[in-house]
Amino acid sequence: MQLAVWTYEGPPHVGAMRVATAMEKLHYVLHAPQGDTYADLLFTMIERRGKRPPVTYTTFEARDLGKDTAQIFQDAAREAVTRFNPQAIIVGASCTAELIQDDPAGLAEAMGLPVPAIPLELPSYQRKENWGAAETFYQIVRHLADTTVTRTPREGRKARANILGPCALGFRHRDDLVEIRKILALLDVEINLVAPLGATPEDIKTIGKADFNIVLYPEIADEAARWLERTFAQPAVRTIPIGVGATRSFIADVAELAGADPTPALGDTSSRLPWWSRSVDSTYLTSKRVFIFGDATHAVAAARIAREELGFEVCGLGCYSREFAREVRAEAARCGIEALITDDHLAVEDAIAAAAPELVLGTQMERHIAKRFGIPCAVISSPVHVQDFPARHSPQMGFEGANVIFDTWVHPLVMGLEEHLLTMFREDFEFSDEAGASHHAAHSPRKAQVDTVSEAPVADIPALVDEAGSLWTAEAERELKKIPFFVRGKARRNTENFAAAEGRRQIDLETLYDAKAHYAR
Amino acid sequence: MSAAALLDGCAAELARPAADTQRPVLRERGQREVFCGLTGIIWLHRKMQDAFFLVVGSRTCAHLLQSAAGVMIFAEPRFATAIMEERDLAGMVDAQDELDRVVNRLLERRPDIKTLFLVGSCPSEVIKLDLAKAAQRLGAVHMPRVRILNYSGSGIETTFTQGEDACLAALVPVMPALPADAPAELLIVGSLPDIVEDQFLRLFADLGIAKVGCLPARNARDLPAVGPNTRYLLAQPFLGDTAMALEGRGAKRIEALFPFGVEGTSDWLRAAAAAFNVDPALTEQVLAPGRERARIALTKLRPQLEGKRITFLPDSQLEVPLARYLQDELGMELVEVGTPYLHRAHLARELESFGPNVRLSEGQHVERQLDRVRADRPDITVCGLGLANPLEGEGLTTKWAIELVFSPIHGFDQAADLAELFARPLRRRDMLEI
Repeated sequence: MQLAVWTYEGPPHVGAMRVATAMEKLHYVLHAPQGDTYADLLFTMIERRGKRPPVTYTTFEARDLGKDTAQIFQDAAREAVTRFNPQAIIVGASCTAELIQDDPAGLAEAMGLPVPAIPLELPSYQRKENWGAAETFYQIVRHLADTTVTRTPREGRKARANILGPCALGFRHRDDLVEIRKILALLDVEINLVAPLGATPEDIKTIGKADFNIVLYPEIADEAARWLERTFAQPAVRTIPIGVGATRSFIADVAELAGADPTPALGDTSSRLPWWSRSVDSTYLTSKRVFIFGDATHAVAAARIAREELGFEVCGLGCYSREFAREVRAEAARCGIEALITDDHLAVEDAIAAAAPELVLGTQMERHIAKRFGIPCAVISSPVHVQDFPARHSPQMGFEGANVIFDTWVHPLVMGLEEHLLTMFREDFEFSDEAGASHHAAHSPRKAQVDTVSEAPVADIPALVDEAGSLWTAEAERELKKIPFFVRGKARRNTENFAAAEGRRQIDLETLYDAKAHYAR
Repeated sequence: MSAAALLDGCAAELARPAADTQRPVLRERGQREVFCGLTGIIWLHRKMQDAFFLVVGSRTCAHLLQSAAGVMIFAEPRFATAIMEERDLAGMVDAQDELDRVVNRLLERRPDIKTLFLVGSCPSEVIKLDLAKAAQRLGAVHMPRVRILNYSGSGIETTFTQGEDACLAALVPVMPALPADAPAELLIVGSLPDIVEDQFLRLFADLGIAKVGCLPARNARDLPAVGPNTRYLLAQPFLGDTAMALEGRGAKRIEALFPFGVEGTSDWLRAAAAAFNVDPALTEQVLAPGRERARIALTKLRPQLEGKRITFLPDSQLEVPLARYLQDELGMELVEVGTPYLHRAHLARELESFGPNVRLSEGQHVERQLDRVRADRPDITVCGLGLANPLEGEGLTTKWAIELVFSPIHGFDQAADLAELFARPLRRRDMLEI
């Protein structure tokens, strides 16, 4: 048993729902008890979808157990096919139905339905949401792809690609897709299909017609892409075009597979991040300490952008999916730190408190943690929230995505000259610690929220105390208060570590400034 | 006895008229677009400030709680899920030992917990994990510091608000006993927002009813006493099992309308006053200011709702008394009133005011019910979050049902707020020109 308050991922059948909801003319018959329909609201509320997810829940009750739950499944499946007239259905069990072992796959097969019924085996007690989405997409592709499809020779036609991975409830998938389509148009590459988002089962049949695949979100599409590679000898582009550098590499990779000239796409004049980052106003961003946590794809991309494109220092990097831990560890090694691979948000909270970053890039989970610590934060990855589906175009991928990222990460920070003023006039009554960034206040926390209920540590790390009381002299304690709030915890701890290492029994003004010199960067 | 056991499973058909009324009830069975009983934890953990709710379940249970709560409102809430894993199911470890380990770790980390509820879920019920036994065993270790109780909020047994019913029913056996010769006491049953509870307590004090207890109490360790001289008033219509447990301890129910709107609240307070032999003149004197304030507040809202047609999809069991209020006091026309479970005895008086054309339905086959909504085209449909945007997408105005559970809506001073919850979507529909 694992004790969990909040989870980064839902159960695997929610991953299957994300695939089913992204697709058209596909229906999911889910053997599940009353209450599992809560998952519908993820799509109708968080993503504001105007349609119900295409899911029929069998809704069995306690009194049905050991009697006719199999019959309930078959009735629900038959009714769903008649009512919704899908081109194919996927069938499976939620966590409770898995325990009663009704075998939805066998039941559906025995029914002789007029449409293909694709069975899903999603072990709820071992696996999680992203894995469920990947497995579902793979099963759909494997069952529906027409393996007799042959590609016509390349001469005299455009190169054709499949874009794999965009999904329901994905972080900015809708907008990323727009940017990828733009790049492919500039490279004169034809899109064979996009899947799961918007694809029908009929479309999936023709997946073998593409010359290569573009794996935008490996968490969802990698498994299927590997099978396609083996079955249709379709190579895959696996560079994730998040950030200017990665977008350039992506363009080069696609151009190579398509036999196209990358120059028109590389010359995109709307790419502003490079100059915005070089311009002097951005000097204050230099070596800002940033803590990054999310899914592997977004976390790794964020770390690279932070280091190479914004000049931040990555002081923490991690992801919640063990399946992609290797990629995250490799990137963490490049940052000179140890990766944090965990799905326990309390461990992430501890790591953030210990790293004392100046900016947190994370999921909605880290946004809450950062809010309580009073640290600026931007959201870079699922799990998502209604605010992660903005009305405006807001991609992460491509050159426009990099522009969006620059704004999103920089706005929560206190800006260059403002930061100096805050430091210089710390005791000005209008420049209180709570002031935070003067602009975009909605993104930037006013102050650390001290939750009266919570047991969790607050941002201001408490003073080291020995039997004799505080190590700190009153004068040093006052001086410490003049240090900006968001680095004070770090300063306190550094000073205490320094004092301990030096064997000083008291922390006075001298010690404080000696420590400052010691840790100068 | 759970509601599931009471609900018999005839498919869509008009059941025989209930004994107490001649009204036919459309009973349906199929996909239900409702929450399970675990969802009650979202408000119960705020109401009982010294209690912690530990769901013994799956990742789905944990995901439900955080999704239903609207992603992560509380930094560290007083609930959590012990997520069962493969090794718990495969018998590689003893699930009871694992539970001990998780509970001990939790109680170590949270010394502020005084009452711990072990909450059963669909998977724990299916594998027959005995949480009563676990509560007893762990209770023996942790009493008196922590009292450990258990109930089931599983979807296979409970629908949404029935989770609160199961939780309160689990508290009844540990309520202190009131001796048989004790003076009569009043007990308000059902969790109410603190502000509403305080309003009612002031009114009962004004009526001269000296001893008034609340179940649940704000601190689960300060439970009110119960005995043969306890008269209880239900503040919520979904507390069948709790009522039965209280009767089992000798308490007697005061029959009344539920305290929604001017008339519902008046009837509820008058019934209590009568049961405690309060002078009717004093009762009317105490009620008068509240009635008058609510009347004035409602005059502005009535024109917005009068004549508007409303359908309730089953959600919280609040549907019947709310429909009564909207019809009787705001002049709305009831098209269909759906409820997950119809407690005929507790709702008998509420149902009396329904006209013969009101379609009353119990249980759900969501596809057929939505077909009826599309055919009826009511002015407003009260439904769950999974259905609201899709219905809006079809041009039907909706009201999220969950807001009715999470907002203060009982009593005189909330009557207009309650009406406003229905008026706002209609007003918004008329305001928008896009």
